[in-house]
Amino acid sequence: MAQNGTSVSIQDLSLNFGSVTVLETLNLDVAEGEFIVLLGPSGCGKSTLLNCIAGLLDVSEGRIFIKGMNVTWEEPKDRGIGMVFQSYALYPQMTVEKNLSFGLRVAGTPRDEIAKRIARAAEILQIEPLLQRKPAALSGGQRQRVAIGRALVRDVDVFLFDEPLSNLDAKLRAELRVEIKLLHRKLQNTMIYVTHDQIEAMTLADRIAVMKGGVIQQLDAPQTIYNRPVNRFVAGFLGSPAMNFLDGQVEAGAAFKTGNVSIPLDRYAFDAGGNSSGPCVFGIRPEHIAFGEAANTMPFAIDAAVEIVEPMGSDTLVWTKLGGHNFSFRVEAEKTLRNGEPIRIGFDPARASLFDTQSGNRI
Amino acid sequence: MSMANIAAPTIAVSGRDSTGPYGPKPRRMFSRRNIFLYGTLFVVAAYYLLPLYVMVVTSLKGMPEIRLGNIFSPPLEITFEPWVKAWSTACTGLNCDGLSRGFWNSVRITVPSVILSIAIASVNGYALANWRFKGADLFFTILIVGAFIPYQVMIYPIVIVLREIGLYGTIWGLVLVHSIFGMPILTLLFRNYFSSMPEELFRAARVDGAGFWGIYLRIMLPMSLPIFVVAIILQVTGIWNDFLFGVIYTKPDTYPMTVQLNNIVNSVQGVKEYNVNMAATLITGLVPLIVYFISGKLFVRGIAAGAVKG
Repeated sequence: MAQNGTSVSIQDLSLNFGSVTVLETLNLDVAEGEFIVLLGPSGCGKSTLLNCIAGLLDVSEGRIFIKGMNVTWEEPKDRGIGMVFQSYALYPQMTVEKNLSFGLRVAGTPRDEIAKRIARAAEILQIEPLLQRKPAALSGGQRQRVAIGRALVRDVDVFLFDEPLSNLDAKLRAELRVEIKLLHRKLQNTMIYVTHDQIEAMTLADRIAVMKGGVIQQLDAPQTIYNRPVNRFVAGFLGSPAMNFLDGQVEAGAAFKTGNVSIPLDRYAFDAGGNSSGPCVFGIRPEHIAFGEAANTMPFAIDAAVEIVEPMGSDTLVWTKLGGHNFSFRVEAEKTLRNGEPIRIGFDPARASLFDTQSGNRI
Repeated sequence: MSMANIAAPTIAVSGRDSTGPYGPKPRRMFSRRNIFLYGTLFVVAAYYLLPLYVMVVTSLKGMPEIRLGNIFSPPLEITFEPWVKAWSTACTGLNCDGLSRGFWNSVRITVPSVILSIAIASVNGYALANWRFKGADLFFTILIVGAFIPYQVMIYPIVIVLREIGLYGTIWGLVLVHSIFGMPILTLLFRNYFSSMPEELFRAARVDGAGFWGIYLRIMLPMSLPIFVVAIILQVTGIWNDFLFGVIYTKPDTYPMTVQLNNIVNSVQGVKEYNVNMAATLITGLVPLIVYFISGKLFVRGIAAGAVKG
């Protein structure tokens, strides 16, 4: 990926609606050609941030640069952005072709140039047969493709996606997700993509910015965010089924104690400056837990009993108790387990995450 | 094969039970519910249609027949004389050219008033719904309060204002008054309609580079036919039926049809020509009626769309 220079730069951005602070001194640099996903629960300010970048909302403080130009006060059309909305936002009274060309016609682009660009966009998105139809005669997936096309014809530097797949059913969502990824590879444009769906975030992003309460919690590559979340919120938000959390104590940086269970921490990499004793939360993902024979090869293993079995088709989630806490882990779908059956589970503490109970930060 | 063996018995059992209810529940035409429902509807419809019937019948009779007093009986001899007289020769004050003068005055008042008030109110509503400028809420509140002030309070001040700007007694003065008084309710109507449109559409148009007028004319306007029909109906019927403003702000030469109708019907000189009065009233009421009949379906759709969301 060609990542030379910054495409979008957000500096000390704040946004208040009256007394409510939606975004708080937010800083974000997006590299040229990068695919950034803004991920967070609803109300975390991710769509607001996108609207600020697009110029649809005035900022309370801070600056926004696109391609090195300060666009803080510019109109949306002058920012070199194209935007795709959740509800597609196609103009219902215009045909697909007119929808695609609307922006160009407003800008007074010559007719042959418009035709050329529409032909290119239609070819890329494979919507040539639909050009003369009205949006009402299109399916959800086709509508979203047209909406992407509308951004495409304007030949912009930055694509903004506002939960573009949320209105589609699961199957179409998976298909279009792949198409968006292919589109990014083909166009090499900068893309900023807002979603609350962690699968979309993990699969699409070069980097994910996890947001909460108008603040970016962590900005990193998907694998880093998944394996080394900086705080308990990020750890709990990503991953399905969710990470197991055990409340307890770290004792002299050597072991984690919860109930009558003691987990050795000599393999765990503490964060520099992390507090290595005191109350904390131990987090481990269900898929990092070994079961049966394999458990005995792990640095930590323990006996437990099956409480509930949740078959999910591709694999099965098993619930048990560990040190008095609910604890889940994944096994292959072929395993048949009965309730109450004694089992042995184990894991490598190096794959775990420890969070300070008070601040929630990783230690 | 084994699957078929398991599934077959359940189907057979339910299929064999041929005595129980099957398919749609039968409904009797003369059930008690239907008799009540249609009976009530019929009585109410007759109650409202009876005066109209009397008017039509009377307008087609000659005076001698009316004097017999059988107001419900159909005309023995149908005559269109009263209609012709009402339209072209009935006397109102000094003029004796019937309702035709008032009709054309009303047209000349209604058409510009409707166009002007709707054009302004739709832009108002669009700006209030989509552009959320500073003080928009205050502006909107003031406008709505305007709808609650009784017209009578403003009659005299408006007379003075119209006199000062030299429009008193002219058709354009009345057009101005109608446009202003239509503003609160029409703005509310359009604002509610536009705020029920998806906001992302408006945002998409802004990203596409359309400005205030571009979005209004090319995106919003083509999508709002139903609400325009509602506004047109409200304004046409309201302005056409207006009597108070017409009689106050115009002169006999420019009286609208309603004022002329009143002058024909309430004239105290000579014989009361009931047939002419009835014909004149019917002619006057015809325009709003036609408007309703042509646009009924759109009207309902638009009212429903404009009513939701405050």
